[in-house]
Amino acid sequence: MGNLISMEGNQAAAEAMRQINPDAMAAYPITPQTEVVQTFAQFVADGRVDTEFVTVESEHSAMSACVAAAASGTRVMTATSANGMALMWEILYIAASTRLPIVMALVNRALSANINIHCDHSDSMGARDTGWIQLFCENGQEAYDSLIQAVRIAEHPQVRLPVMVCYDGFIISHAVECLELLKDNEVQKFIGEFKSVNSLLDISHPYTFGPLDLYDFYFEHKRQQIEAYGPAKQTVIEVGKQFGSLSGREYGLFEAYHLQDARLAIVLMGSAAGTAKEAVDRLRANGLPIGVLKLRAFRPFPSEELTQLLSRFEAVAVLDRAVSFGAAAGPLFTEISSALFASNHRPLLLNYIYGLGGRDIDIEDIQEVGKKLQKTAESGKVEQPFDYIGVRK
Amino acid sequence: MASLKQLSSKKELLTGGHRLCAGCGASIIVRQVLLAADTPVVIAASTGCLEVATTIFPYTAWRCSFIHCAFENAASTLSGVETAYRALKKKGETDQDMRFIAFSGDGGTYDIGIQALSGACERGHRMLYVCYDNQAYMNTGIQRSSATPLGAATTTSPAGKVLPGKTQNRKDLTEIIAAHHIPYVAQASPSRWNDLVSKAQRALQAEGPSFMNVLSPCPRGWRHPPNESIKIAQLAVDTCIWPLYEVAEDKWRLTYRPKQKPPVEEWLKTQGRFAHLFKGNNQQVIEQLQAEVDRRWEELLEKTS
Repeated sequence: MGNLISMEGNQAAAEAMRQINPDAMAAYPITPQTEVVQTFAQFVADGRVDTEFVTVESEHSAMSACVAAAASGTRVMTATSANGMALMWEILYIAASTRLPIVMALVNRALSANINIHCDHSDSMGARDTGWIQLFCENGQEAYDSLIQAVRIAEHPQVRLPVMVCYDGFIISHAVECLELLKDNEVQKFIGEFKSVNSLLDISHPYTFGPLDLYDFYFEHKRQQIEAYGPAKQTVIEVGKQFGSLSGREYGLFEAYHLQDARLAIVLMGSAAGTAKEAVDRLRANGLPIGVLKLRAFRPFPSEELTQLLSRFEAVAVLDRAVSFGAAAGPLFTEISSALFASNHRPLLLNYIYGLGGRDIDIEDIQEVGKKLQKTAESGKVEQPFDYIGVRK
Repeated sequence: MASLKQLSSKKELLTGGHRLCAGCGASIIVRQVLLAADTPVVIAASTGCLEVATTIFPYTAWRCSFIHCAFENAASTLSGVETAYRALKKKGETDQDMRFIAFSGDGGTYDIGIQALSGACERGHRMLYVCYDNQAYMNTGIQRSSATPLGAATTTSPAGKVLPGKTQNRKDLTEIIAAHHIPYVAQASPSRWNDLVSKAQRALQAEGPSFMNVLSPCPRGWRHPPNESIKIAQLAVDTCIWPLYEVAEDKWRLTYRPKQKPPVEEWLKTQGRFAHLFKGNNQQVIEQLQAEVDRRWEELLEKTS
């Protein structure tokens, strides 16, 4: 048993960063991420980390400094939320396309307007095409564990892509839970020494980063980048297994909860997965054959694995905590249904939008979803493919 | 200050064969600044003419390490390089003395990049930021910037039937950066190469952020023959459109005093972008510009006296 301690999700994330002890961190405070930056600043002030902490004047500069520091052969981290990440947007693409292993804690929060500081996944979803690996967490323990794993995933020689570890604002970031921490030396041993590749500071080998790349080469570079997400998927699995041997907590691309004997499934990401597990327990007690698929890796998206897993189900409900305005469904639903289309056997699919701007979702809400799934499976047809949970008309 | 002969034997870090226009001020400025460096350097450039013309994949004109990230972030990008350098030095992974230099046009400096530059100055990174100020967004096709002088015709401040080109005065960025009270700030011109190289040397010696604003003639945007760039830059200095001075540790010093101060008209008539000012009722714009140049020059004389 490791070191059991009660702390907030943000403190756990900051603790992971302290143990990782990156060479450089550039970050700008924003609610609900603020405490990560503050706690880390205190670590710097107390000499508990060796990190060069750059207190930039904006998130745009935070990500720009991270890009350059990573291109200069150092291990780099940052943290942000919502509008902060929206301001980084341009540089998120540059970080991924330059193949820089930056690790970021993204404390999920709704995007403006209207301004709202509470949780939804619209910030992550806005960045889903930037090229970052995106791992979603159910609780503070997973945020802590995933940040440590993210270093290994990002720096893997066949991956070299930035990773954002996404955890729900307030629901995880500000909730106190009992967590198990690793020892500092265990974390250091697990992540290993940073191995610099093509550093700007290697004066015997000058490099040009960020050249003008026109129609004669850009496409090949994009193809190389696209092909990195295959190894990235394998690396998420391998690192998750190795982390399991170290901590007893194994991770993968997703978690299957009571899916083995189930004919109905609820797919979702983030803290609501915990609520869904409780709802499923209650439904199962009443004889409903239902389980939960908690997706962890939204990028790289485990298309084949999910197709294989879900195609035998009778009915599946996908719960989205974000919207793609003007699209027929939420972004997670679109991915899942697109993956399943490749299969000859497809479950009936329902899509729900829930929890925008921090709106609570409770056990009863998800039990209702379970009942609707059962009805859908029994009737063999989808009456309402798209609906909301917990919103007034 | 090294002699011209000594400087000419130094290995240049920006090679020939890049695709900047003939007569472009930017490459001349870069070469003069880099001649002042006695240690290895890392260059950061913002999106703009210099960046696109020197790094067309799979080629690069840079013999030293170079990073381009985006348009508005040369200063924050270079902050990251300098931070990584300090981190590696602290860990004992390097003991190499190095310098960090950003090159950015007036678009990337006066306008879209001013926030990142201001932040980097306040944080105190040891780096030199050089603005090659060609007084408009030349890379995208000559659009006005806050560095464009009053009366200049650009593609977004064209001279028309009712408007005589740009209707606002230019921003005084050098003074804005001086107001950050960083160790070294200077204004220079490639026409006074010895003054420019000496300033770059002092800037690179500064134990903190330093900034140089350098006038960069642009034959395409200013509409003049490419072989007149340096002459026109010097005329800007002599007319006091572009005074040469430095602010070292908050001490203001004029580094060149024109023997005569010709009227601004002499400078304006060398460039096609001001041709409309000599037609119709636009004489008053020239008078306004002269008054503004005189006023700022008097203020500068006071600060440097």
